[in-house]
Amino acid sequence: MAKRKTIRTIPRERAEVGEQDPQVRVQNFYEVTLRFTPEQAELEASRCIECPRPACTPGCPVGVDIKGFIAKIAANDLRGAYDVITQTNLLPAVCGRVCPQENQCEGACVVGNQLAPVAIGRLERFVGDTAIAQGWSNVPYIEPNGFKVGIVGSGPAGMACAADMAKAGCDVTVFEAFHLPGGVLRYGIPDFRLPNSVVDAEIRNLEKLGVKFVCNTLVGRLFTIEQMIEEMGFHAVFVGTGAGYPSFMGIPGDSLNGVLSANELLTRCNMMQAKDEGFDTPLPIGAKVAVIGAGNTAMDAMRVCKRLGAEEVHCIYRRSRNEAPARIEEVHHAEQEGIAFHWLTAPVAILDDGKGGVRGMRCIKMELGEPDASGRRKPVTVKGSEYEFACDLVVVAIGTNANPIIGQTSKIALDKRGYIATDADLATSLAGVYAGGDIVTGAATVIKAMGAGRTAARSMKKYLGLRDTETVY
Amino acid sequence: MSSLLDSRGFEIVARQDFSDVTYLLEVRHPLMAKAARAGQFVIVMLDDHGERIPLTIADFDRERGTITLVIQAVGKTTREMQDVCRVGTFLHALAGPMGEPSHIGGQHRVVCVGGGLGVAPIFPQARAYKEAGAHVTAVVGFRTKDLVFWEDKFRACCDEVIVCTDDGSVGIKGNVTEGLRQAIAAHPDVDEVVAIGPPIMMKACAETTRPHKIKTVVSLNPIMVDGTGMCGGCRVKIGDGIKFACVDGPDFDAHQVDFDDLMVRLKRFAATEKAALAKYEESCRMGREPAA
Ligand SMILES: Cc1cc2nc3c(=O)[nH]c(=O)nc-3n(C[C@H](O)[C@H](O)[C@H](O)COP(=O)(O)OP(=O)(O)OC[C@H]3O[C@@H](n4cnc5c(N)ncnc54)[C@H](O)[C@@H]3O)c2cc1C
Ligand SMILES: Cc1cc2nc3c(=O)[nH]c(=O)nc-3n(C[C@H](O)[C@H](O)[C@H](O)COP(=O)(O)OP(=O)(O)OC[C@H]3O[C@@H](n4cnc5c(N)ncnc54)[C@H](O)[C@@H]3O)c2cc1C
Ligand code: SF4
Ligand code: SF4
Ligand code: FES
Repeated sequence: MAKRKTIRTIPRERAEVGEQDPQVRVQNFYEVTLRFTPEQAELEASRCIECPRPACTPGCPVGVDIKGFIAKIAANDLRGAYDVITQTNLLPAVCGRVCPQENQCEGACVVGNQLAPVAIGRLERFVGDTAIAQGWSNVPYIEPNGFKVGIVGSGPAGMACAADMAKAGCDVTVFEAFHLPGGVLRYGIPDFRLPNSVVDAEIRNLEKLGVKFVCNTLVGRLFTIEQMIEEMGFHAVFVGTGAGYPSFMGIPGDSLNGVLSANELLTRCNMMQAKDEGFDTPLPIGAKVAVIGAGNTAMDAMRVCKRLGAEEVHCIYRRSRNEAPARIEEVHHAEQEGIAFHWLTAPVAILDDGKGGVRGMRCIKMELGEPDASGRRKPVTVKGSEYEFACDLVVVAIGTNANPIIGQTSKIALDKRGYIATDADLATSLAGVYAGGDIVTGAATVIKAMGAGRTAARSMKKYLGLRDTETVY
Repeated sequence: MSSLLDSRGFEIVARQDFSDVTYLLEVRHPLMAKAARAGQFVIVMLDDHGERIPLTIADFDRERGTITLVIQAVGKTTREMQDVCRVGTFLHALAGPMGEPSHIGGQHRVVCVGGGLGVAPIFPQARAYKEAGAHVTAVVGFRTKDLVFWEDKFRACCDEVIVCTDDGSVGIKGNVTEGLRQAIAAHPDVDEVVAIGPPIMMKACAETTRPHKIKTVVSLNPIMVDGTGMCGGCRVKIGDGIKFACVDGPDFDAHQVDFDDLMVRLKRFAATEKAALAKYEESCRMGREPAA
């Protein structure tokens, strides 16, 4: 057996990865970060010291066998690497791109104690992209068991639950309100971070498992959750409707034309393809745009505006860069692309141009005080620091709430904030109905939503009396 | 379920033209015909490059398994639909029913007012009030006699129908507020008024009933994208608060609605819309395949 690798014997620097030049990429919607070449991937894989008890895996919300798949890459067995990842993670090409790795797997990697941690996300994406290019998928032998399962919402939570139930032999139908499936992966995250072709490929893989997607179906209104169980013959239902109900700030000027939610901007741009020639949905972009918030949604909104031709894009955030909830890489990319960041700044009012539009914004400076309930230092206003600046479009990306439709149309129990209430097994108050993802936890991450979909699937199998075989994907 | 899974989309089974700008499409969707209630709407996409546009469910037939849309051609999408939607063609997307159904039941005497593009959408309400046992007066407004449609349908389900025309060629000369005023004068015990039409008309109706303190409901039509509460584009000012018309409405208390705000918000994309229509008309004139 080869000598055990140590932190001293591995390459100190991460394998370099290609990236579009900031000047060029702000004029297109192609991916910013390129895929590892096989050589780069092999080099990066060699940086994993194959810990006897890996710290990285517990850092991943679904517990991907990271050491295992990296070892396969190092051995040049990409198909093997794909098989290892897909035992736990259905969407490697997606997660490799969008997971906040610095807080999850990479944040826990021991190499990170002294050097840059192993680039687990990029390796995972490399494997996922290779699988898509090669047309790999893992379709087990499925023995139909006669159970019908309905999934409400086609985001990552619904997709993960659908896959597990289909593999268990259930007849699975996913209902989606939009005309295209994918949830936030489709309408929210822009192509330069996650191309729609990747989402399409993952959905085709689910179809190979026998999962049916029925779009244009607003559950609650076209039929209710109760009807699915009582009249339509579904033996179990999973609700993964997300938390896409945008908040506004409640400050003067909120409803002016020229103030819109990041969700609206991104949906018009991504799903409705307003950015592309020949599509009807309008999306006029201002010359000077202010985006409020500093999460992933805000970063996406800013970078979309830049690409659609805004001359100036400002980010207004009431805490400092350290507290920004976005993935580090996205903040870094946004800075490279020339976004002007106003840290420790809060909006006070949006100013009317007299014709119903926006002429500017009044802001106030903040400073960080005592830590609040979330453990982050609470921003407090600095007296007399108000200032105005000119802008003609304001995008609000300060968070979302639970979508109310399922609550309005069903007897399902909600929690105080309007999210669906579940027990630890993700069972709701209705027999046979499970829920997970953002509609239970509030806005979280893709991988957490997928993890919830799988937990719910496990509970549904138990409820239906199916043996949970932990089938390989 | 089969209609939902038809990869060609949603089939148009009947079409009728009421005027050179107003047309009716009847679309097959058995599940929606079963679920639809008065006051709800759908989101339609003509083709995969199209916009998502909201349209009221003007009628539904549970036996035939169809819903009916009555559309006024005002811009690029509604003009193009007028040009290409024929019996046997398909809509790319059709989602709904959306919105809270109208709260019907418990009223004794109701006046339903429809003007302009609101005439068709008021019909399911009028019928539902009647079915719930109320005495129903319909007030419907048109520009001129030749544009009158569905008078027979209203007569079949209402106790009284007042037609108003701008030029007086039939019925009362004047707009629907005049008809509403007469209806209230004739029946001082009216306990609810419902008005659907352009914002300016709904505002006028709200002002007509305000002094009489009659509960008045309007159906608001802000610009929408998803119709599921996801974008916030459809937000409207109601009293001191902000509501999303697609999930909290589209029906609201007329006396609380900020109509001026709604009218300004409807102009959000005015410049782009105008350009899109001009481009479409130009490409039609050229006899070429419309570019965009
Ligand atoms: C712009 C943006 C960027 C993000 N970036 C990242 C990132 O980089 N990394 C990361 O990990 N996370 C990111 N997130 C968060 C992540 O996308 C979400 O946490 C995740 O998508 C939640 O998955 P979900 O399945 O619970 O819901 P969603 O993805 O929201 O999917 C819910 C689906 O259900 C449908 N639906 C809702 N109601 C109904 C109904 N009544 N009937 C039928 N269908 C219905 C919706 O249309 C939607 O398609 C981002 C979010 C946004 C908005
Ligand atoms: C709940 C609701 C129900 C509606 N019901 C009907 C109906 O039954 N029949 C009917 O003919 N019309 C109805 N409308 C209006 C219809 O949606 C618009 O006329 C249509 O979207 C215009 O599209 P366009 O591309 O043809 O015109 P555009 O060129 O986009 O716009 C022309 C005009 O229509 C308005 N408009 C544009 N987009 C929208 C939108 N998404 N929603 C509302 N108004 C818009 C604009 O203010 C503009 O003045 C309804 C709207 C709502 C919100
Ligand atoms: S799924 Fe996400 S957190 Fe888990 S290993 Fe992959 S990139 Fe890391
Ligand atoms: S913690 Fe880091 S070095 Fe250790 S096994 Fe995981 S990826 Fe490899
Ligand atoms: S149309 Fe998007 S929230 Fe109402």
